[in-house]
Amino acid sequence: MLPDLELVDVSRLQFAATALYHFLFVPLTLGLSWILVIMESVYVMTGREIYKDMTQFWGKLFGINFAMGVTTGITLEFQFGTNWSYYSHYVGDIFGVPLAIEGLMAFFLESTFVGLFFFGWTRLTRIKHLGVTFLVALGSNLSALWILIANGWMQHPVGAEFNYETMRMELTSLSDIVFNTVAQSKFVHTVAAGYVTASMFVLGISAWYLLKGRDVPFAIRSFAVAAGFGLASTCSVIVLGDESGYTVGEVQRVKLAAIEAEWETQKAPASFTAFGVPNEAEQRTDYAVRIPWMLGLIATRSTNQTVTGIGELKEEAEARIRTGMVAYANLQKLKSGDTSGENIAAFERDRRDLGYGLLLKKYTPNVVDATPEQIKRAAADTIPRVAPLFWSFRLMVALGFLFLFTFAASFYFLAVRNLAPQRWLMKLAVWSIPLPWIAAELGWVVAEYGRQPWTISGVLPTFLSVSNVPASSVYLSLAAFVAFYTFLLIVEMYLMLKYIRLGPSSLHTGRYDLEPAKGTAS
Amino acid sequence: MIFDYETLKVIWWLFIGVLLIGFAVTDGFDMGVGFLLPFLGRTDDERRVIINSVGATWEGNQVWFITAGGATFAAWPLVYATAFSGFYWALLLVLFALFFRPVGFDYRSKVDDPRWRNAWDWGLFVGGTVPALVFGVAFGNLLLGVPFHYERDMQVYYTGSFFALLNPFGLLAGVVSLAMLVMHGASYLQLRSEGEINARAKTALKVAAVVMMAAFALAGLWLAMGIDGYRIVSMPPPDTAFTPLAKAVEKAPGAWLANYSAHPWMIAAPLLGFAGAAIAIAFSAANRALPAFVASALSVAGVILTAGFSLFPFIMPSSSNPNSGLTVWDAVSSHRTLQVMFWVVVIFLPIVLAYTSWVYRVLRGKITVETIRKNPHTTY
Repeated sequence: MLPDLELVDVSRLQFAATALYHFLFVPLTLGLSWILVIMESVYVMTGREIYKDMTQFWGKLFGINFAMGVTTGITLEFQFGTNWSYYSHYVGDIFGVPLAIEGLMAFFLESTFVGLFFFGWTRLTRIKHLGVTFLVALGSNLSALWILIANGWMQHPVGAEFNYETMRMELTSLSDIVFNTVAQSKFVHTVAAGYVTASMFVLGISAWYLLKGRDVPFAIRSFAVAAGFGLASTCSVIVLGDESGYTVGEVQRVKLAAIEAEWETQKAPASFTAFGVPNEAEQRTDYAVRIPWMLGLIATRSTNQTVTGIGELKEEAEARIRTGMVAYANLQKLKSGDTSGENIAAFERDRRDLGYGLLLKKYTPNVVDATPEQIKRAAADTIPRVAPLFWSFRLMVALGFLFLFTFAASFYFLAVRNLAPQRWLMKLAVWSIPLPWIAAELGWVVAEYGRQPWTISGVLPTFLSVSNVPASSVYLSLAAFVAFYTFLLIVEMYLMLKYIRLGPSSLHTGRYDLEPAKGTAS
Repeated sequence: MIFDYETLKVIWWLFIGVLLIGFAVTDGFDMGVGFLLPFLGRTDDERRVIINSVGATWEGNQVWFITAGGATFAAWPLVYATAFSGFYWALLLVLFALFFRPVGFDYRSKVDDPRWRNAWDWGLFVGGTVPALVFGVAFGNLLLGVPFHYERDMQVYYTGSFFALLNPFGLLAGVVSLAMLVMHGASYLQLRSEGEINARAKTALKVAAVVMMAAFALAGLWLAMGIDGYRIVSMPPPDTAFTPLAKAVEKAPGAWLANYSAHPWMIAAPLLGFAGAAIAIAFSAANRALPAFVASALSVAGVILTAGFSLFPFIMPSSSNPNSGLTVWDAVSSHRTLQVMFWVVVIFLPIVLAYTSWVYRVLRGKITVETIRKNPHTTY
């Protein structure tokens, strides 16, 4: 039976939609939690109430966002089971491990202490409350660590082997999975992107108060914390950018070639295509503007290593598909019960290419009878479409440099004590508020769209990973998710805007500009 | 590796049981309180008392559910893959109901409009009631057997429908589960409240506990008289790795009671289910809320253990192709993964329990209408 490609597409769409919704809320949680730690630390050290107010006000916004993060996150813990059951069977032995550890080590920590953050102010000493805030930040960031270890393994599946007795991948080394280079670079890049998002959020809203001349002492201090934290974080995102993870692993190499529209392998060091229009049909880039040496330097950190081009990667894939066919044939022998040492040895010799053999299941259920033409098509499938990756990546990077400029300028004018006249900068900060979200979502598009046609790079094709549920069920649940999440998003935005407009007056301390506020409860 | 594969397989059955019981004992009372919210809170202040009795701690409690999901993925990947894709709409119903809670707790009192607040109150009601009911229905259907089978390469096919889950026995199990968690929620609410809400919680506890005991007894009789269980006829040695299809299973009358005759001590589980509820009623009536809560928690544990003991070694029996049924022997991860995850649980679960207890200790005490009136902007 050939796979139901409509079911595959709608299942992918559902995963993309729910994951992108979830990631509207995650970055702010990751970064704002540390900003709260910074503000509260200043409060504990100086004893000045304004820093406590800052912690509580930005904490209120943190809470509104956090609730949506949890609501959208629950889905993802279970979606592998509902919509990706073959995936869950095939790699659960490995993939489930970081997910379970995330729950026990990180999400428990974050969720148990988040209540105490809000309700513990009068029940705890200052130091203890700061400790609680710190544990919330630690928990949310550890949570990101384990999720990205799981995701990193999908991009670069180390520390696992196929076991024919159970028909699945099994763990061979936990430390390989934890210290996977791709996972580590993704983690650093992703949390730093979260810090940038939160910094821009605080910077932009504070700038809005400054433009209005409201609660200036409160706003300028918040602005300063955000500028400093944001500048440091943007530098991390750019310097420790994801590129470092693109030199290892098959899919990562393919992704790099697609992002850079590197159709053929260039002589090292490769030039970087700063601008151009990828032309899929002709396999070339029109109107290309190239910067010599740049790509080689960024991707390989060297002047003598090459960046493999799409043409060559396709040839490599074709060779591996042919070996994968042999591995699949040997697997069938083992499954029919002929488990002689000779057969096992034959299977183990080629099993690392088994996944490439499975790519043929899109064209022929038996794999071993694939025609040369089918093999060619399967090899072509291993290259994702270039244009979406090329553009997503460039837009993300351009945004990154815009953030760098905004934070650096803010930091500079604060340092020279000349911020007040720079109204253009404050306006830029306000209008920049949504941009880090766009950059973060584009980052996920690059990472996950670029992983196609695999769910697990080189191991399990996406079209084989789905559950055997009717496509209509998945359409219906997708519609329900989008409708419900969009409704909740509107509610969330309404509350966010309400509290942003109220500002620190929403704390009812009697110290801020809009108090006593009439008829508004908080 | 300090444990052989067979021992680890049994340990992991226990661990998943511990996580489920942890979930039911902690988040279970949040769900029960969610069910009681619209009925026990007559004014806005009263509803805020009820919400704030669990508001600061429910979030951590829900992680038991998330973690049970993650641990099932890691330790029983076939159960994770088969149960969640099979019970597709049932699980989605639970998830959509749960969506109401994080936003419901946080957003409800942030706008001072009765319609807004009332709407979120019903959201919290749904968020507590629907999962409590559906979990019971799911367990009832596990005892009946579920129609699924594996085809080549271990692709799973579920051949039932959502509405087939809503059969009389499944619904009865749903009533057991809902009544049990309402009892538990009422006992927690009694512990955290004073005055009228406290008195209403006592009444609710009594009613829920009686309903639970009656439904639980009825389900037990039904299981003994009218429901065939499953038993393994042959399988490879339990300390080896194999797929569910490598064993032979048959349907057999009374098979779900076999464990109780083979290991009579297991009868302690259903007895605990009844005794805990009865003792909870007694303590609650005597205004001894903490022992009542503990008794209620023990009752919850007893009921869940009863389901587990009856099924053991099955986790998810198949009614359409009994050999495909999932057991603790063949639905599990590799020896190495079970070993790794064993250490993760042994190290982190005590830490979780330690800081959770500390947080509860810090936040202890009664929530009253005065608490809400004094802190209208810092409470939920």
